[in-house]
Amino acid sequence: MTTSAELPAAEVVGSAAARLLPADTPIRFLDHDGRLVPDAGHGRYAMPRTELLTEAYRRMVLGRRFDAQATALTKQGRLAVYPSSRGQEACQIGGVLALRDTDWMFPTYRESMALVARGIDPVQALTLLRGDWHCGYDPHLTHTAPQCTPLGTHLPHAAGLAYAARRRGEDTVALAFVGDGGTSEGDFHEGLNFAAVFRAPVVFLVQNNRYAISVPLVKQTAAPSLAHKGIGYGVPSEQVDGNDTVAVLAVLCAAVERARNGHGPFLVEAHTYRIEPHTNADDASRYRDAAEVAAWQRRDPVARLESFLLATGALTDEDVGAAREHAEAYASQLRDRLLHDPEVDTGQLFEHVFAEPTPQLREQRRWLEEELRGES
Amino acid sequence: MMAITMAQALNTALRDAMADDESVVVFGEDVGPLGGVFRVTDGIARDLGDDRCFDTPLAESGIVGFALGMAMNGFRPVVEIQFDAFAYPAWEQLVSHVSRMRNRSRGAVGVPLVVRIPYGGGIGGVEHHSDSSEAYYVHTPGLKVVIPATVPDAYSLLREAIADPDPVIVMEPKKLYWSKADVALPVRTAGFGNAEVRRPGDDVTVLAYGAAVPVALEAAEVASDRGRELEVLDVRTLVPFDDQTVAESVGKTGRCVVVHEAAGFAGVGAEMVARVQERCFHSLHAPVLRVTGFDIPYPPPILERFHLPNADRVLAAIDRLQWDDQPDPRWLTEVPA
Repeated sequence: MTTSAELPAAEVVGSAAARLLPADTPIRFLDHDGRLVPDAGHGRYAMPRTELLTEAYRRMVLGRRFDAQATALTKQGRLAVYPSSRGQEACQIGGVLALRDTDWMFPTYRESMALVARGIDPVQALTLLRGDWHCGYDPHLTHTAPQCTPLGTHLPHAAGLAYAARRRGEDTVALAFVGDGGTSEGDFHEGLNFAAVFRAPVVFLVQNNRYAISVPLVKQTAAPSLAHKGIGYGVPSEQVDGNDTVAVLAVLCAAVERARNGHGPFLVEAHTYRIEPHTNADDASRYRDAAEVAAWQRRDPVARLESFLLATGALTDEDVGAAREHAEAYASQLRDRLLHDPEVDTGQLFEHVFAEPTPQLREQRRWLEEELRGES
Repeated sequence: MMAITMAQALNTALRDAMADDESVVVFGEDVGPLGGVFRVTDGIARDLGDDRCFDTPLAESGIVGFALGMAMNGFRPVVEIQFDAFAYPAWEQLVSHVSRMRNRSRGAVGVPLVVRIPYGGGIGGVEHHSDSSEAYYVHTPGLKVVIPATVPDAYSLLREAIADPDPVIVMEPKKLYWSKADVALPVRTAGFGNAEVRRPGDDVTVLAYGAAVPVALEAAEVASDRGRELEVLDVRTLVPFDDQTVAESVGKTGRCVVVHEAAGFAGVGAEMVARVQERCFHSLHAPVLRVTGFDIPYPPPILERFHLPNADRVLAAIDRLQWDDQPDPRWLTEVPA
């Protein structure tokens, strides 16, 4: 450690940089066909337990079916909008399974799949996208923050919440999702900086799905990779093949464990792809071509994991069938529950603006009640 | 009973709140060893520990966002923004999240957070050191906004803000940081939502807050010598606002002037005027007038005395309250192209 009168020594800065920079290539365990690659995990990361991988598979099958159902429900007008994470199942489920139930998750609006994979009731998870109140689940009960709309602005929240837990001697970790576009926002910078300075146990998971709506990565950054942004804050980082569930879990579990043991934040850049458009209202053909989408579909995370687990005997064909049946039943139940419009209660307008309504709010509630009774 | 300054009263309020509740933490830029550029946190890190009062990176959005995360997890942060205009980077966090978290979670997540902002001019400050930005916060549903003008109120309103389950913006008129009063602390003054009559009178209601309150009181002294008694109301809490005390006063006097430093157009005074004329129209003998800063970016120090409302301007407005039942000549002239 230098005093303020000394300039930083080369060996100190150099070794810090080496410690913080990601490996030269993204961490990977499985090839596109689901076969274990030589030098799997770069020798740095342990293969996750088989039980974790089979659980991941089941939740990914569920997540994909849920996502397809939500997309269909939007076309039918039962949901107002749906930002799909089809193709990002490894990241969505990986982020969930790397956490304990008592750890916190900070999602964006594209994390519906992660929310349901975490066990949140799908109707509660979808209130935002249904045109109902923003957060239909209890963040304190689910340890899941409300889905964040203004990108990146939830990252300082994750840092503060995780720091608060560490101060109280808890070993809670927070995992915050953000996209490639979100890393350009100022609060990405401020959130990582605060997390690092305060040694907050936060894992920042950048799902680099190549596009911020229509803006490609090359227009978003000149950095060698998004993971390389970590060194600027003193946050160690890693890139990972975001469609390789084994790699995603291996890296995230290591990052979460590291944070839990008091070593501070970690930045993971997961390379993946958004198979669907931004939302149902988007026309993706205006900015990308079908060949690119097809190429990424051949790296399908669910298929890769399924091949690997079947080949190792961790899964049987019966297991695969059971997972699909369960997912089908889940989707069917969701369809039924969303057949009816949500309840409209005008009194809710004036509740929870403050803990107790002000005199002005009580007055306005009376006015609305009079108007609805036809008295105004 | 000693004379203490407003800054000392705020310092004591922070200490007392922190002693009462270990979940209260204070942070911001330079609040630790330095004690804050206005010394409001003087000695707190030394006496209560640098884990209770600490410095942060220079990043206001991060400060408020980080504080929100802590407030979501059992703490009651009291953050200091160094100067009024330096709160602007935190604007997104305040409007997009701090003000809405309770509402979007249907009450599941409350935000017991206080943001202290030194505001206002009259200190010879360069750009970004003299803004009156209260209108932006007042116009954001879900934020409470309180502005002490007296030393006892500085203590009491800050204590109440820290205890409040909702986010409170405490705007401290920096020009009054060194104002003194004989006060024994702790002191409890009227709660949020209560304006206070600082000087009773039957002829005109003057609504003021922050550094405009002493200006209004100075005008009231002179007016009294000239035979007009001004009733000066210190509004104290903009949100929640005290409609009742204001209406009672205007109902009695029939005339009203609103005074604030901030630019007049779409300022908080406009809201007060609207409410007075809606509720007290038939009691009014004259239009409700405003004495405010001009609709300009806050001027440099060499010109600020022409911008800030002063007692003479308040008295000039009083004179225009149609005592002879004639229309106000100011509004009869054509607006030049």
